[in-house]
Amino acid sequence: MQTLALAPWLVATPSLGAAILLLAGRRTDRWGHWVGVLASAATFVVGLVMLLDMFGMAPEERVAHHTVGTWVDAGALHVDLGFQIDPLSMTFVMLVTFVGTLIHVYSVAYMSHDLDRRRFFAYLNLFVAAMLLLVLADSYLVLFVGWEGVGLASFLLIGFWDHERVNAVAGKKAFVMNRVGDMGLLVAMMLMLATFGAVDFETVIGASAQGAPGASQAVMIAIGLMLLLAACGKSAQFPLQAWLGDAMAGPTPVSALIHAATMVTAGVYLLVRSGPVLEAAPDAQLVVAIVGAVTLLFGAIVGCAKDDIKKTLAASTMSQIGYMMLAAGLGPVGYAFAIFHLITHGFFKAGLFLGAGSVMHAMGDTVDMRRFGGLARLLPVTTITMGLGWLAILGVPPFSGFYSKDKIIEAAFMGEGWRPWVFGFAALLGAGITAYYMSRLFFMTFAGRRRWASDGPDAPHPHEAPALMVWPMIVLAVGSAGLGFALNVGDGFVHWLEPVVGHTEHHEPVLPVWLLIALTLVLVVLGAALAFRQYAMSAVPTTPPHAHALVRAARVDLHQDDVNEALVMRPGQYLTRALVYSDRTAVDAGWLGLAGGIGRFGDRLRRLQSGYVRQYAAQTLGGLAVIAVVVWLLSGQVG
Amino acid sequence: MNDGFIAPEIDWAVVAPVLVVLGAGVLGVLVEAFVPARARRVTQILLTLAALAGSLVAVVLLWPRVLRDGFAFIVDGTYLLTPFTLGVQAVVAVLAIPGVLVIADRTSSGEDAFAPTAAAVPGTAYEDAARQAGLQQTEIYPLVLFATGGMLLFPATDNLIVLFIALEVLSLPLYVLCATARRRRLLSQEAAFKYFLLGSFASALMLFGIALVYGFAGTVSLETVVLVLQHPELSPLGTMPGLVLTGVLLVLVGLLFKVGAAPFHTWTPDVYQGAPTPVTGFMAACTKAAAVGALVRVLFTLAAGFDDALRGDIVVALWVVAILTMLVGTVAGAVQTDVKRLLAYSSIAHAGFLVVGLVGFSELGARAVVFYLLAYGLATIGAFAVVTLVREQDASGVVLGEATRLAQWAGLGRKAPWLTAAFALFLLSMAGIPLTAGFLAKFGVFQAAVDAGAWPLAVLGVLASAVAVFFYVRVIVLMVLTPPADERAAPEAAGAAAPGAAGAAVRPVEGGGGTAAGVVTAARTAVARATVVVVGSRGPAALAIALCALGVLLVGLLPASVLDLAGEAAKFRP
Repeated sequence: MQTLALAPWLVATPSLGAAILLLAGRRTDRWGHWVGVLASAATFVVGLVMLLDMFGMAPEERVAHHTVGTWVDAGALHVDLGFQIDPLSMTFVMLVTFVGTLIHVYSVAYMSHDLDRRRFFAYLNLFVAAMLLLVLADSYLVLFVGWEGVGLASFLLIGFWDHERVNAVAGKKAFVMNRVGDMGLLVAMMLMLATFGAVDFETVIGASAQGAPGASQAVMIAIGLMLLLAACGKSAQFPLQAWLGDAMAGPTPVSALIHAATMVTAGVYLLVRSGPVLEAAPDAQLVVAIVGAVTLLFGAIVGCAKDDIKKTLAASTMSQIGYMMLAAGLGPVGYAFAIFHLITHGFFKAGLFLGAGSVMHAMGDTVDMRRFGGLARLLPVTTITMGLGWLAILGVPPFSGFYSKDKIIEAAFMGEGWRPWVFGFAALLGAGITAYYMSRLFFMTFAGRRRWASDGPDAPHPHEAPALMVWPMIVLAVGSAGLGFALNVGDGFVHWLEPVVGHTEHHEPVLPVWLLIALTLVLVVLGAALAFRQYAMSAVPTTPPHAHALVRAARVDLHQDDVNEALVMRPGQYLTRALVYSDRTAVDAGWLGLAGGIGRFGDRLRRLQSGYVRQYAAQTLGGLAVIAVVVWLLSGQVG
Repeated sequence: MNDGFIAPEIDWAVVAPVLVVLGAGVLGVLVEAFVPARARRVTQILLTLAALAGSLVAVVLLWPRVLRDGFAFIVDGTYLLTPFTLGVQAVVAVLAIPGVLVIADRTSSGEDAFAPTAAAVPGTAYEDAARQAGLQQTEIYPLVLFATGGMLLFPATDNLIVLFIALEVLSLPLYVLCATARRRRLLSQEAAFKYFLLGSFASALMLFGIALVYGFAGTVSLETVVLVLQHPELSPLGTMPGLVLTGVLLVLVGLLFKVGAAPFHTWTPDVYQGAPTPVTGFMAACTKAAAVGALVRVLFTLAAGFDDALRGDIVVALWVVAILTMLVGTVAGAVQTDVKRLLAYSSIAHAGFLVVGLVGFSELGARAVVFYLLAYGLATIGAFAVVTLVREQDASGVVLGEATRLAQWAGLGRKAPWLTAAFALFLLSMAGIPLTAGFLAKFGVFQAAVDAGAWPLAVLGVLASAVAVFFYVRVIVLMVLTPPADERAAPEAAGAAAPGAAGAAVRPVEGGGGTAAGVVTAARTAVARATVVVVGSRGPAALAIALCALGVLLVGLLPASVLDLAGEAAKFRP
């Protein structure tokens, strides 16, 4: 590739933007946000040039490396700072920079009243840089740098309004839970280093693709599970899902970019990239699929009970990533569809979040859907753009979600034994629940009667957002509507990814394809109709009504925090208390005793330093005598 | 005797590093006689610095030649240069330059650290008159040059008599220098007298040792002694190894005394405290470098001739000395309340670490020692230079002597952040924290010890370093985290006697007892009388501190070239 040398600029450009904004400080307050937009847009252009170059090449030549230099050279460990340019990484580059630039533009208006807008854009640029480093890395170690970088940016942006304690706590929660996953990636790298002696993709994945000669099955399973742990942390998958809902404390553009479209999908990227590693450990691969299936149902159930529009979308994100995870756990047959759904989801979920931001903008930052209603006439553009996103996530043909989600459901029904039935019906059921809760969101917000106070000093005056916010929503809505169809023409996207994920023979699902599509559509229509009856046809109470146990549980995220607190937090606190106690009573006391002993000994020695020359001379002579005696005693025994 | 006197052929270039300095010293005496008083000080300083720079240039010019030939000598090894000797000379010259800069600084108080006329009896009207007349003792500079000349000669001989002469040439000017402090003069004179008495005692022991070695081998040339050790039949008493063992041990006493190793260290705290602080810095850095150089010269050369038994005996002696020195330096250092005494014990501890590097008699050890001396010397001169700038001030604003009590250093970080940062850097380097020169230095000597199979010594050294970190970091904590004493306690007794008054400190009993923290608290209340100020440097001392800090950092961060040079200088025998 002629444009290969541009690869470092993909990371350098947004880094430069972040550096300018952070280092120049308040001086750039007035125009800094445009620097952020420009950096992101320029990165997109660089990526586009590289993509067009890649289009002009034969598929088998599209995988290329660009090495900047040696990063670590320590004994047996040698890691280059290298970039992997292939269809998979370029797909992510396009998603991150395109959606990222739109959200930068949106944020210019959304954050216009914020005194710290410049800092916000600095963090956004930092995020883009880290995310691109993550997807462009050609070794796990370089990937890890980006991995930590997006974690940092996520932490900074969730807690962006840290003057409110709850936001700061949410940022910390996300950071801590992500660290649990990060440990998984670290351990995975250590295992790779011990097993393969390297952490670059070429060696590790290459060896795994040949069945990992020399590595025991147990080690491969361990590596696979550790990679899964990392993915669970970053992608908010069961059991590390609890941070995503709280992460909605960040500004809405952040939720759209980081906690819907890009960062949370990094786990899926990691697993698809490491595909051969998981294939070498089928048991770990099965766990991936199980985690995906559990999470997709978990998120969908939670989504049904939430009244907070952003938290509903967060639960939906979790559920949709569950689909991708399930696909990634199905093996080569699912990889392309996982990425396919990741792309379409990136568009429609970002669009939905931006729409939610627009609604919040209109409603004075209210997020309670029970206080919305009847907004369709007041916010027509938002209604239409969100409507397109809604149809896309439901999987209604011919919108984007139909092509991507249906493929995953289809793939879930492939295979032998109990698996296709369990995974297939989980995916099918998830589609129905998704239709229900997304329709619930849509109808509660836009249909029915208005449920907000129309007079009084704090009453909102709903109005359409400014153009800088509206246009990104329109562009994303167009993507939500047409991207799936465009990418699906002639299986184009699947073939595009083949140089990376490999070609797979077509398998037949255990049920005929037409039946699956029909079943899916029936469930979707049923779900949507139920929501229509409950939330559009009848009045919605403004306070959550009393409900049965499952709803109550779903309202508190199926008690995820209680479980975490009981299983991890409290035992952890007891452990640290015990450690502090033993540290004080045993370790500190020991050291203090030693220090006191040294002090007392020092005082003894000090008394020898009397100041009298006669004593000094005597000590000199006495010391010499001692040495002479020691030498005489030990003479002949040391040599 | 009709042959008459045959003048030996002397290659003067080989002696140049020493000759330049000693010649300049003689010239400096003439300057005292003939240059008018007003211009004398500047002339002396310039002459001194030029001489040291010239000596350094001579070393640099000799370097390739000595490396190529492996040695250079004149008159049967009366003067003998090996790469190692030249390396030590380079270290001494390099360290002497900032040392002299600190000596030359008069600070913004307008007074240097030296008595206006050293011959005046302390506290007399004559002394007051001399001070008011603005007299100054510029003989300091020739004395420094003579001492430096002795230091340069000390490691550069094969002849034990010349070794002894060099010892005296470097010691006598130092005795005088120690007695010349402007403030606390009784303490200063007492220190000088103690130094002189104990130094004479050690010299006598060393001379006795030389006599015994001569008795054994019939020669005072070290290389010839090695020959006799290898072929005992060459000397009538060559079959009496006890003779040479006793002799060598006694010679070691003389050298270890100068190095400041226990149990011959007793003079160090008192002398370091009493001497004028710039002289202390110069003495602590350069004397130690020269003495360790001489120690290596003697010991490593003789080691070539030792049989296993003799070698084992000497190694045992070195082990005892190293362990005792590290123990005394770190443990007693941990309970000090005076910053100069603290640095003195730190210097003792460093002597211990240096001896650890010697036990293998190897080139690895020689290399480590050269590097160590440079790293230690830079930090030491810098640290004492900082001490010269931290002063007491009485109620009327007159700047008094140095505020050497540790409690007075509390909160220094707020008064002088850069100075505090520099001092912290020097302390961290002495503690051997990575990224400073001191870390690699310590690593080097311990590596040499392990390489020689003396791993228990290295382990003890690491443990001693850990204890030493305590008292270095305690000072940093005091400077940076503790609020200044004058902020906490209002000046309670304005009319109290100035703590700088010398009379009270004739016998420096180390006050108080209890733990270190207790001592600090007790001392805090005691010093609330005078406020602590940081006086500005007139330039030279600041330059010296900056040079030393830069050196410590550069040698720590980019040690490769210095390590290479030290490696070249590791060859210690012709």
